[in-house]
Amino acid sequence: MDIFLIVLGAILTNNILLTTFLGICPFIGVSGEYASASGMGMAVIFVLTMTLPANWLIKHFVLDPLGVGYLSLIVYIVTIAFLVQVVEMFMKRFLPALYSSLGIFLPLITVNCAILGGVLFAIATWNLGFMESVAYGFGGGVGWALAIILMAAIRERLRFAPIPEGLKGPGIALIIAGLMAMSFVGFSGMINIRDFGG
Amino acid sequence: MTEVKTAAIPTVQHASAPAIPLTQRLPQTKGWKELVRDIWDDNPTFRMILAMCPTMGATNMAINGMAQGLATLIATVASSVTVAALRNIIPSEVRLPSYMIIIAFWVTIVDIFLRAYLPPLSAALGPYVPLIITNCFVLGRAEAFASQNSPGLSALDALGVGLGFTMSLTLLGIVRELLGFGSLFGIQIFSGWTPWVVMIIPAGAFLLVGLYVGIVKHFSPGGQIGGGA
Repeated sequence: MDIFLIVLGAILTNNILLTTFLGICPFIGVSGEYASASGMGMAVIFVLTMTLPANWLIKHFVLDPLGVGYLSLIVYIVTIAFLVQVVEMFMKRFLPALYSSLGIFLPLITVNCAILGGVLFAIATWNLGFMESVAYGFGGGVGWALAIILMAAIRERLRFAPIPEGLKGPGIALIIAGLMAMSFVGFSGMINIRDFGG
Repeated sequence: MTEVKTAAIPTVQHASAPAIPLTQRLPQTKGWKELVRDIWDDNPTFRMILAMCPTMGATNMAINGMAQGLATLIATVASSVTVAALRNIIPSEVRLPSYMIIIAFWVTIVDIFLRAYLPPLSAALGPYVPLIITNCFVLGRAEAFASQNSPGLSALDALGVGLGFTMSLTLLGIVRELLGFGSLFGIQIFSGWTPWVVMIIPAGAFLLVGLYVGIVKHFSPGGQIGGGA
């Protein structure tokens, strides 16, 4: 039950993009087209679900026993870069169809702050358990994908809207994101992922 | 700005230099041009739409925005100088992982320093200081500029980006704190102010940055507007 609540909370109440501002650069940069937005969304779900448990294991079985917590940032980012590389090679070899649709987004993921940010919030700030981290990784990815797909759908409609010259492009995208964030405030208070931490 | 000027002088010490007054000589130097271009024409926040996470996450108060900007400035300058100094040693095949590790190293130092000497500020900024690692423009400056230029020029380039970023974040923090709390840098400005709750919650950050981007583009439409990943 807790796992289900965390997934739901990560999607709606603690949306990684609309409440903690993680991964906004690709959110603005890649949301121009529906197809690339959904590709990027899938890639984030995939990588976040893998990196969160991996970094959880590294923190609890390597960093903490050795007492080298000050190295955590370097270790997390190297792990993320390494896992992204492995996922990319694995996909290229065994899932060529998926690779041709997601491939170009994978290298961008290493510097997507949603991944490192998700790790830092779940493991360092909230101190979630292992299964909770897996759930948060998956839910956070789904929440991010939901936001970027919604945004891409809105932006496709906006092409024919009379927008002031200065606001065209990133300006109006950010204002729409603001309105989306405001509507997500309606969910706040239902579930708080912080409560599941130790 | 005085320390910026003194930093730029060494790049112009050629034979004819002393005859021309500093105020005319300075704008002609390569370092100065890089600095101005990075602060204004290529402003990381409102022009390039880069580094949006800290721009929104750490600007609910003016002091937080300024601290986040300065922390990023220090990490960017240190990383750029390190990358420039090692540019002939790092093999090009593994340069991106190497840059990531250099950046992560400097961000760790900044984070530990903040936690040790300014604990309240560190608590207020939370994970947004460690997240400087994935700040697009820190890696961008290392890859696009520091990997091909001398440490001195790279330091100026990084300083320009850092100052432009600090300026933008402080500006956002000032407006959000003034409308959201009626105060400025913690000092109450408006008494009996009805707080605009929207400015404190995430939605206000998105709306305000969107408006700033629109205003900057409206008044100087020349430069490029980014939107990278």
